[in-house]
Amino acid sequence: MLEIFKKQKYVTVNAAEKREIPDGLWVKCPRCSEISFGRDLEKNLKVCRKCGYHFRLTAAERIRFTLDEGTFVEYDADLKPVNPFHSAEYADKLLAAQKSTGLPEAVVTGEGAVDGRRTVIAVMDARFMMASMGTVVGEKITRAIERATEKKLPLIIFTASGGARMQEGVLSLIQMTRTCAALSRHDGRGLLYIAVLTDPTTGGVSASFASLGDITLAEPGALIGFAGPRVIEQTIRQKLPEGFQRAEFLRQHGFVDLVVPRLQLKETLSRLLALHGGEE
Amino acid sequence: MSGVILEFDRPIVELEEKIKELRRFAGEKGIDLDEEIANLEKRARELRENIYGHLAPWQKVLVARHPERPNALEYINMLCTDYLPLHGDRYYADDPAVVGGIARFEGRPVTVLGHLKGRDTRENLARNFGMAHPEGYRKAVRLMRQAEKFHRPVLAFVDTPGAYPGMGAEERGISSAIAESIKTMLNLRVPVISVIIGEGGSGGALALASGDRLLIQEHAVFSVISPEAYASILWKDAGRAREAAAVMKITAAELKQFNLVDEVIPEPLGGAHRDPVEAARLVGEALSRHLSELLACPPDELPGRRYEKFRRMGDPRIFTSADRN
Repeated sequence: MLEIFKKQKYVTVNAAEKREIPDGLWVKCPRCSEISFGRDLEKNLKVCRKCGYHFRLTAAERIRFTLDEGTFVEYDADLKPVNPFHSAEYADKLLAAQKSTGLPEAVVTGEGAVDGRRTVIAVMDARFMMASMGTVVGEKITRAIERATEKKLPLIIFTASGGARMQEGVLSLIQMTRTCAALSRHDGRGLLYIAVLTDPTTGGVSASFASLGDITLAEPGALIGFAGPRVIEQTIRQKLPEGFQRAEFLRQHGFVDLVVPRLQLKETLSRLLALHGGEE
Repeated sequence: MSGVILEFDRPIVELEEKIKELRRFAGEKGIDLDEEIANLEKRARELRENIYGHLAPWQKVLVARHPERPNALEYINMLCTDYLPLHGDRYYADDPAVVGGIARFEGRPVTVLGHLKGRDTRENLARNFGMAHPEGYRKAVRLMRQAEKFHRPVLAFVDTPGAYPGMGAEERGISSAIAESIKTMLNLRVPVISVIIGEGGSGGALALASGDRLLIQEHAVFSVISPEAYASILWKDAGRAREAAAVMKITAAELKQFNLVDEVIPEPLGGAHRDPVEAARLVGEALSRHLSELLACPPDELPGRRYEKFRRMGDPRIFTSADRN
């Protein structure tokens, strides 16, 4: 075939990379196109001052915005992804994700304090292969829950995920059961679990630990659902209504307790921890 | 046999037709063709052994989805007596894609559950192709709690392409319904055995597969997503499903290798759809064995044992790291 007849290849610009805001640069809001000064946006916890759009956060930013300074102690930082079926394609994807995020895997776990109250925390980072849940993501979350149970600590999970990580097959799927099992134990000890659903929380993560919080919070506008909107549209062959599967929609249908703007999130978590007897 | 004939089944079906014809001919004309018939039968058996002994993963997917493969209701009826179907989730509706009720297995009252696909288009429309809505999982949760209350073991037959990706399912909380079903199954103080009898599709299958034992029939499959969707998402080409099936590790033997299932139940030669009665006998034999093991365990210890089981399963320490250096 002649070169000119070949389908043109478009370069996909990585949305996650675009969202990275080096200090002092100008950033355009993807919703209202407002241009903000990077440092100013950071001061506003990466919420657009004009339209309230909540930019997706990296795990490090989330931890910085949630925990008291200097209190975070990371768990299992050395746990690296596995490639159980020895796929070269998957190995390349993992390497690329590690390189672009500086993270070994899609979740960061550990413990720290919110206004002085100790808690275990897990934060999923959507930049890393859309925070899909493979064996090690499941293992890290399971271990974090188990440590919370052992130490009798509350647990906060900031969920974000495209679902189970397909490249690890049923080994990924089974992480749904493993995380639910660990949560059941934590639950059985009378300990508090707050699920904070962030953009996007779908698939196997949505249908496991994200849906089992004692209290379920969500960030404004976050996409939350089992099936992705495109899959649903293909199935029912019609366009989904505006706002379908967004945080506010779930709140309306009874699956989220509160939609909490990011600027009030730490305070809300702090109050919840205090109301459940969190130790200072 | 009627209707659907898989491409690789065709030589077997043709040979069987020939044998039938020869029998009829011999009967009508009073000619002794016993030797010829015996020869052809031997060939048919060899053909079946050859074909079904070497099914590629994609061929297994086709066998697992075969419309004449015995479904949950048929297994329940072949394996149990006194089956009494129960309906509804007590919140919203009855989901025809999930069946369940009370029955006797080997004389003992049990609670049975299963995904149910239809046999033909009409039935499939009624059963939503075995793709459950939240009501299906909430019914399962209700029946599981009922089973626990009355000390009945739970037998679940898994066969679904996945939970339904539709608007109503999302509005009524399909995620929450699946998560609750998994959590409930994990904590039941009665034995819970699941058997994948066809397609074990994603979270919708897992919702009924998180108990003490997970058995799988020889030609059934269990996957994180359908091979078509895998190919479409990762390679932007749904046409490469055959290739996807091969790399996804979805066959019973592969799942056993990774310890994701407890036992592979053999199927009659040529697949369960060739001989449903024999298929049911083999499933019943396995269920009976696992059930008596579990009944020997104090009920209060079951959740703890499940925890240990799933804690070991899929533990990353058993695999090589992704690092290539």
